[in-house]
Formats: sequence, C-alpha cells, structure tokens
Amino acid sequence: MKSAQVHVNAAPSRKIPGRRGRVWKQMAKRVDLYLMLLLPIVWYLIFHYGPMYGLQIAFKNFNPAKGIIGSSWVGFDHILRFFDSFYFWRLLWNTLSINLFSLLIAFPISILLALIVNEIRSKTFSKILQNITFIPHFISVVVIVGILNVFLSPTTGPINSLIEALGGSPIRFLEEAGWFKTIFIGSNIWQNMGWQSIIYIAALSGVNPQLYEAAKIDGASRLRRVWHISLPGIVPVIVIMLILDIGHFMDIGFEKILLMQNNLNIESSDVISTFVYTTGILKGEYSYTAAIGLFNSVINLILLLLVNRFARKVSETSLW
Amino acid sequence: MVKGEISMSKQASISRSPDEKIFDAVIYTIAALIIVIVLYPLIFVVSASFSDPTKVLSGEVWLLPKNISLDAYTNILHNGKIWTGYTNTIIYTVVGTAVNIIMTVLAAYPLSRPDLPGRKVLMVIITLTMFFGGGLIPSYLLVKNLGLLDTMWALIIPGAIATYNLIVMRTYFQTSIPWELQEAAHIDGCSNWRLLLNIILPLSKPILAVMVLFYAVGHWNSYFNALIYIRNEARYPLQLILREILLISQSDAVDANVGLENKVMLAESIKYAVIMISSLPILIMYPFVQRHFVKGVMIGSIKG
Repeated sequence: MKSAQVHVNAAPSRKIPGRRGRVWKQMAKRVDLYLMLLLPIVWYLIFHYGPMYGLQIAFKNFNPAKGIIGSSWVGFDHILRFFDSFYFWRLLWNTLSINLFSLLIAFPISILLALIVNEIRSKTFSKILQNITFIPHFISVVVIVGILNVFLSPTTGPINSLIEALGGSPIRFLEEAGWFKTIFIGSNIWQNMGWQSIIYIAALSGVNPQLYEAAKIDGASRLRRVWHISLPGIVPVIVIMLILDIGHFMDIGFEKILLMQNNLNIESSDVISTFVYTTGILKGEYSYTAAIGLFNSVINLILLLLVNRFARKVSETSLW
Repeated sequence: MVKGEISMSKQASISRSPDEKIFDAVIYTIAALIIVIVLYPLIFVVSASFSDPTKVLSGEVWLLPKNISLDAYTNILHNGKIWTGYTNTIIYTVVGTAVNIIMTVLAAYPLSRPDLPGRKVLMVIITLTMFFGGGLIPSYLLVKNLGLLDTMWALIIPGAIATYNLIVMRTYFQTSIPWELQEAAHIDGCSNWRLLLNIILPLSKPILAVMVLFYAVGHWNSYFNALIYIRNEARYPLQLILREILLISQSDAVDANVGLENKVMLAESIKYAVIMISSLPILIMYPFVQRHFVKGVMIGSIKG
C-alpha cells in the first residue's frame, strides 16, 4: 500500500519540483511514524469499518454458509417489516422516552451539583462532597443492578421496610413496568452525577473572579451571582456536553437496561438495543436486527447533526 | 492545571450578610443531603454483608450490622466459580490494559506530530467512528468470522482502542510536551522510536497513569462482551459470575450440602458479600487514584 502511494506521488514530482515533492520527502523522512500507525489504522479498518461494511446484511438475507457477499439482496424488506411490527412503536417510545427523561432530569442535576460544589466555602467540605459523589461511578453495572435488587427487595430491602413501617404495603419496584423508568433514571443519577459534574467544576474554576467582585459591589446576591456569572461562564461546556450526550442518545444505558429487564417490566424496558440483542444474538435473526440497529444509528446520527448545527447557530459552540 | 477543587479565596475576604448566611445554610443542607443519599445504599450493603443472615432477611438491618457474622464471606471462600471468575478477570484486565496502552500510544503519538503529512485525514477516519458504527450484529459476526469466539481475545482486541482516550492522549502529547524538545532531539539524530520511548513516554507518566486506570476499570467492570462472546463457563469473567449470583439463579452459589431453607437464606445473604468482594479492588484503589481520574477528565475537556 505504501509503495503504491510512493509511486503516485513520486511520478509527477519529477516534472514539477514543488509542493508535492516536498510532501513526499516529508513522508519518506517519517516512515517510522507511519510504521507506528500501521497497527492502529489496520485495527480501525477491521474493527470499525469492517462492521460498517458488514452492515450490508441489513439489506440482504444473511446466510452464514454463503457469507456476507454471497447472500441475496432483499432491499428494504427487513426495515419495512420492523416498521410494520406490533412492537415498533413500543420500542421506539421506550428508547426515546428513557433517553429524553434522562436528558431532562439527569443532565441538569450534574450542573446543579457543580454549582453547589462551587458555592461551598469550606475547601475540605467541597472536596469531601466531590470525592463521595464520584464513588458510585466506579461500581460495575452488574453490581449496581445487584444493589438495586437487594435494596428494593419487597421482603428484605430497607426501602420496603420503611414503607411497611409507615403503614404501606411493599412495592415490587423491579417487577412493575410503571416503576422501571423512574428506577433506571434515578439510579443513573445516583451513579453518575458526581462524575459528570467534574467537567463543570473545572469550567467554573476558570470563571474570572473579578466578575464576582464587581457583582458583589453592585449589590448582587449570591443567587444572582450564580445565575448571572457562574452559569453563563460554563455555557460553552454545557453545550458541548449536551451535543456529546445526544451523540449517544439512542444507545445510552443499554447494558444496564438489559440487566434490569424481566418479563414483568418488559412493557416499559424493551428498547431497540435490547431487542437487537435478544432477537439478533440469541435468536440468530442477524439480517433483521442489523437493519434495526442501522435504523437506530441513523436516527442517532441525524439527531447529532441537527443539535450540532443548532448549537453552532445559537451559541457559536459546536463540535466541528 | 486546576485539581478539580475550586479555590474559594475569591469570596473568603467578603463579609457575610444575613442573606448570605441563609444561602450558605441552604447550600450546606443540600450538600449534606446528597452525601447521605449517595452513601446510604453503600453503607447498607457493607453492613448487611457483615450481619447475621437471619437478621438481614427479616429486614432488621438498616444502617449498622446486626449480630456481626462472617458466614457469608466464609461461604464465598468455598465457591470455586467466584475464584475462577476472579482469576479470569485479573488476566483479562492485565493483558487487555497492556494491549490498550500500546495501541493507544502507537496511534496517539504520530497523530500528535504537527509535521506528519496526512494526519488530518487519519484523524477524520478515526473520529468518525465515534459517531457512527456498524452496530452490534455486524461486530458480532466479525468477531465470529475471525474465529475469536470463546477466546480471551474476543474481549481484548475488538476494544483495543477507545477513541476518546486516544484523543485525550494525543491532546496531552500536543499540549504538555514542548515541540522544541522534539525538534532538538531530531537535530541530535534521535530516531522517532527512540524519541517516543526515551523522551515522550517518561514525560507522559501522568496521562499514562490515567489511561491505565480508565482502561483497567473498564475491563474489570465489563460484562456485555463476555456475555455475547464467551460460552465456556471456565472462561467467564467475574462480572458474568456476579450476574448469575446476583440476578439470575438463587441458590447455585451455595454449598450443596445445606438444607433447602438454609440454602435460600444463604443465597440471599451471600449477595451482599459478593458485591463487596468484587468491588473491593476498585474501592481500595479509589482513594489513591481519584486525583488522577479527575485529571484525566480535565485533560479530555480541552477540546482535542
């Protein structure tokens, strides 16, 4: 591959000794750098672009014996079948609503936490608050769901003990569809608010202290200073984080949802990505679920492009 | 570089009005509430794991251990599955992290060099993968076709580079190591490999530490790849064993020679101890490394 490039670049450079020749010389001088890159680039081509190439099975009837190329084309059959299925709206609604509620509730909470940390005068206390809220981030999803199970257990969990002590009857939190989203999002907030606040805390520390002094002299209260100085100071970071979050809008939390899912709460816990896993990997309907996965990625990409564009227009901050 | 905590000196010199005191009181109350909410479930699990199982099952434990007992822990000691999983996870974490670091450095360093023709194109090729991918099924079929199913490599190679980490590391090379230093080394006739090994890497210890931690925690905590790629139970990582104990079966984990009633009880009480044992390495490590984690996120926050 390299020698081919050399050939293409070297031929015209003999005629016009200019930019092209210089580039070629530059490249030749740095062969060892390209050598370092060889393995990672090959890896990217195989493990990232390979699956993209494999996505063509979404438009074929994939037959393992014939391979990806040998299988016959069926066009948009799979995706249309998905649109017509009785579970299409349920999957779409669950996927969108879980992520939308997360965005509306969990996203602002980490900003709020950062503002609180920033307003605490005692340095030791703010450090303690930060360090404690980081801890759950490092616990694995399996353990988090395990903790949810024991913590919310209808027979032995402390939450239901409290409900019973107050005269109520125990709630089977993890087996009721109505509770699923609340518990999923609530435990996400519990696990990640501290970690997600780091970046805002860092941004807040970069806000010019003179602004606070000036506002103070003008008689602005603490709350007004938070609202008019701290918050505007971190808007660019908030916008970037929002775009990045939306970049994973459709697949966030999939591994956890899969662990929390059971037959009793499936009504509200069945999302596109868990459906792809159970139907694709477990039941072997590769082509059909590849098409569904593609639908998921495309929506995700469109959302990302829209938000990025919107952010660039409104706030002049964007990913690219 | 800021360490993640805010210096409040900007406000310390200002005298406090009654309004300010109320504001402070509100802030401190909320902060205390957050600490309680975050810590309570953790304390509950710790206490339950050290309590007499009957007390746990009757719901008597709610904050501190009741009738301290190590039954649950001794029971785990006899559980072969957990130790197999533990050993496997340690192997996967060590080998996987080593592969991660080597691959990430090999990609990040050349791409950090301003004098490398074509690096912009390569960066685009790499960054694109953060926003679009083939998805679960094609990735699974790829791993299957490569013959990696049911091997350790299925858990290591497909995730060899995390693109986000690559960008963080590249940003670090670009911003924290003076370019003049590299030019000077070149003039002295230093090759790029020697430059990387003898100058760049020793100067990049902080970011390498952060990367080791990010990747290692990732390997330690991951279960999904093993769920789809590993069939042979002898190769299960710890998290899959945990999943069985905590979420699927009730009594498999307990010694076979106890009565049924005891069995159910032990299976229930063993859960707390299992959670403790599996999270222990990370929780022990946590106080020592949390500064580094913060630093890693901060470096990443500089737009790459």
